[in-house]
Amino acid sequence: MAPSAFANFITPKSGGSPNADQIHSLYLIILYIAAVVFVIVEGALVYSVYRFRAKKVRTAAQIHGNTRLEISWTIAAAAILVVLTVVTFIKLPSILNPPNSSAPFLESSLNQPSPPNGKKLTICVQGRQYIWRYVYGAGCQHNPFTPHLPYSYQEMVVPEGTTVVLSITSIDVIHSWWVPSLGGKVDAVPGYTTYTWFKAVGPALYHGNCAQLCGRQHAFMTALVDVVSPAAYQAWLTRQKQLIQTANSQVTQLRSYLQRTGNL
Amino acid sequence: MSVIAEPAARPVAGAVRPVPEVLTHEVARTRTSKRWVEWIVTTDHKKIGIMYLVTTFVFFMLGGVEALLMRVQLAEPSNTLLSGERYNELLTLHGTTMVFLFVVPVMAGFGNYFVPLMIGARDMAFPRLNALSYWLLLAGGIVFYATLFWHPPEAGWWSYPPLSSIQYSPSGGQDAWIFLIHLTGISSLLGAINFYATIVNMRAPGMSWGRLPLFIWTILVYAILLIIALPVVAAAVTMLLTDRHFGTHWFDPTAHGSPILWQHLFWFFGHPEVYIMVLPGFGIISEVIPVFSRKPIFGYKAIAASTAVIAFLATLVWAHHMFASPVPVVVLGFFMLSSFLIGVPTGVKIFNWISTLWRGSIVMTTSLYYAVGMIAIFTVGGITGIFLAVFPVDWQLNDTYFVVAHFHYTIFGGAIFPVLAGIYYWFPKMTGRLLNERLGKVSFWFVFIGFNATFLVQHALGLTGMPRRIYTYQPGLGWSTYNLISTIGAFILAVGILMTVVNIAMNYKTGPLAGPDPWKGNTLEWFVPSPPPVNNFDEIPRVRSVEPMRDIRRQIERNTGVRQKTGGSERFARA
Repeated sequence: MAPSAFANFITPKSGGSPNADQIHSLYLIILYIAAVVFVIVEGALVYSVYRFRAKKVRTAAQIHGNTRLEISWTIAAAAILVVLTVVTFIKLPSILNPPNSSAPFLESSLNQPSPPNGKKLTICVQGRQYIWRYVYGAGCQHNPFTPHLPYSYQEMVVPEGTTVVLSITSIDVIHSWWVPSLGGKVDAVPGYTTYTWFKAVGPALYHGNCAQLCGRQHAFMTALVDVVSPAAYQAWLTRQKQLIQTANSQVTQLRSYLQRTGNL
Repeated sequence: MSVIAEPAARPVAGAVRPVPEVLTHEVARTRTSKRWVEWIVTTDHKKIGIMYLVTTFVFFMLGGVEALLMRVQLAEPSNTLLSGERYNELLTLHGTTMVFLFVVPVMAGFGNYFVPLMIGARDMAFPRLNALSYWLLLAGGIVFYATLFWHPPEAGWWSYPPLSSIQYSPSGGQDAWIFLIHLTGISSLLGAINFYATIVNMRAPGMSWGRLPLFIWTILVYAILLIIALPVVAAAVTMLLTDRHFGTHWFDPTAHGSPILWQHLFWFFGHPEVYIMVLPGFGIISEVIPVFSRKPIFGYKAIAASTAVIAFLATLVWAHHMFASPVPVVVLGFFMLSSFLIGVPTGVKIFNWISTLWRGSIVMTTSLYYAVGMIAIFTVGGITGIFLAVFPVDWQLNDTYFVVAHFHYTIFGGAIFPVLAGIYYWFPKMTGRLLNERLGKVSFWFVFIGFNATFLVQHALGLTGMPRRIYTYQPGLGWSTYNLISTIGAFILAVGILMTVVNIAMNYKTGPLAGPDPWKGNTLEWFVPSPPPVNNFDEIPRVRSVEPMRDIRRQIERNTGVRQKTGGSERFARA
């Protein structure tokens, strides 16, 4: 399971994937700066309201302003933001660009985004009211209904230590793919394909929710990412393929039976 | 100054203190004996202002009840009080009501009442247009709330297509929402033109731009922002309407339309709208704090200029609502920087307000409590805004309860606290009666504590992964305790707001008399009797500084040799 959410309520979730960890550390830098600003501003406010009550201070100093002070706090505020900008752009590549897989690679593809050696696992994520469908294998990007590609619903199975690139689409309304421990959210917008990636630490089960209002049962559009060992992944993939094949042949048999007997 | 020499003409000994009050004459005779007819046909900016304030406060109550229902539903996991359908209706009603029927028009209410009084005008520039603005607002509210009897809209106040398209939202509620945007939009647009014309043309002699009260500066900028932003949303909802009913495909991805186009258009309006909501609040704070600190505002020019800079930048930050949408990274970078930039003038305002309190002689009135509460709370909202502006961090926080907490800290803190400060500050002017200060302060503590209990924990909810807009959640995700605290806080907050309503109900007819200037105000509305007569001013005083009432008090002291004291705030300032 993901680490207990209760213990950690002041920072975003992380620990599942390098991009989530990088966002977490960027967040922490902002948090420290923000804490200092918060203490100074609120402290000055509380102190001045307490210290300069009419009870204590009979006459107010008639000050109209101080240009030097105005300029200095404008510059100070701007300087903090310059620092944050620089830090963000330093951190950005590690959030945007996937690293190489540490597990044996699974396939090679030219689609963006890509780790340096270009070797990754592609999974297509299709949003629909109110469930996620996952198609495994790069062929899914040309046509998510390509025959022979294994697929699953709601629960995604991935190998640990492998750079997984998600190609995200929607077939109805806007959804948003989000598994907090595996990085930030990406909207699934009909007519667009969006991408994200993760390189999951496992074995673990990560929990996520659709993050964009997609209708009445939006609350139940959840996602599970089951991170297993590469060997277990291959075994699962083979089994899933067989199950789908069996089900497909059963449907074909049923259809031909129904056609033969004139019921279809 | 013949106007203010009048009190000195009375036979005074030391016991009677002259106050800067002119005898102002009622010039209008009531045309009918029926009071309610008088309210319907009125073009008096003060009556219209009061109608705005009362109407918007009723919508505030409705929006509050909707919020409480949602909070009760979320108080415990797997609650079945509301279905997903009801919950989506409530969140749409709540958001739309609070934005279009409360916060924006309540500022127009204060503006209507006080812009002419503060600039020394006898009415707004276009009194009938002013009445039309109000009635269009009411019509918008009625059209929208009539859907309660059929199908309320379910797609949220942002109404992203395709969810708001005819396929996924077939009910007429969505069309009523579009109609509401048009009606309240025209209402606000006419109001904005009226404010602009009034402020530009009808200022008292001597009131140059450098002597304009800061509240008037913010109303001016509010008007300009409305004129910039509203046509865009009007176009967007019209496109949505033609998509829904007349076969166009602006936002339809199955016919080469783009849902992202809607997001750009909506947020190009939606983000300036945020500043439309908070800037007049900033204006109220900039009036209240110097009066009760007994000090001139610190950095008048910096505050006025920062208002204009915020308005300019407000039109350049819209895509920070779309950081998770398919938008190129370079665009994300631009909108991160512009969102950072807008933090600078906002920070300048906060520093100036604190500096105004610094070395003052602070009179602890309820109005000041709410003003200080505003600074305390809005600061938190501003700081969390910086987190959200950093787009990689926003990928984790966007569409979670962290955002809900952030914008309630900014809007409730930046607009509703000032509205409450404004009510306690200006109620004596509008009714001639003082509100009960003790009850007011109790209400402040309920609102302040209730607000923080409701929304502080929502930061934690967002960080532990709870998305917005879900109507229920499973136990065991670590969200249950926070949600329960948040719900309890919401009820404490509601009790605080109700106390203010009770305070108003108890005192508007029978409260202690306020006199023309209970607080020793700085601006011209305190020059006229409370409540002011229909024509406001018989003679309009010449303005020589940002604080004309101070000059007038000083002149009376010089003329009469009696130190100016007024009946109001001193009683709260006793050591």
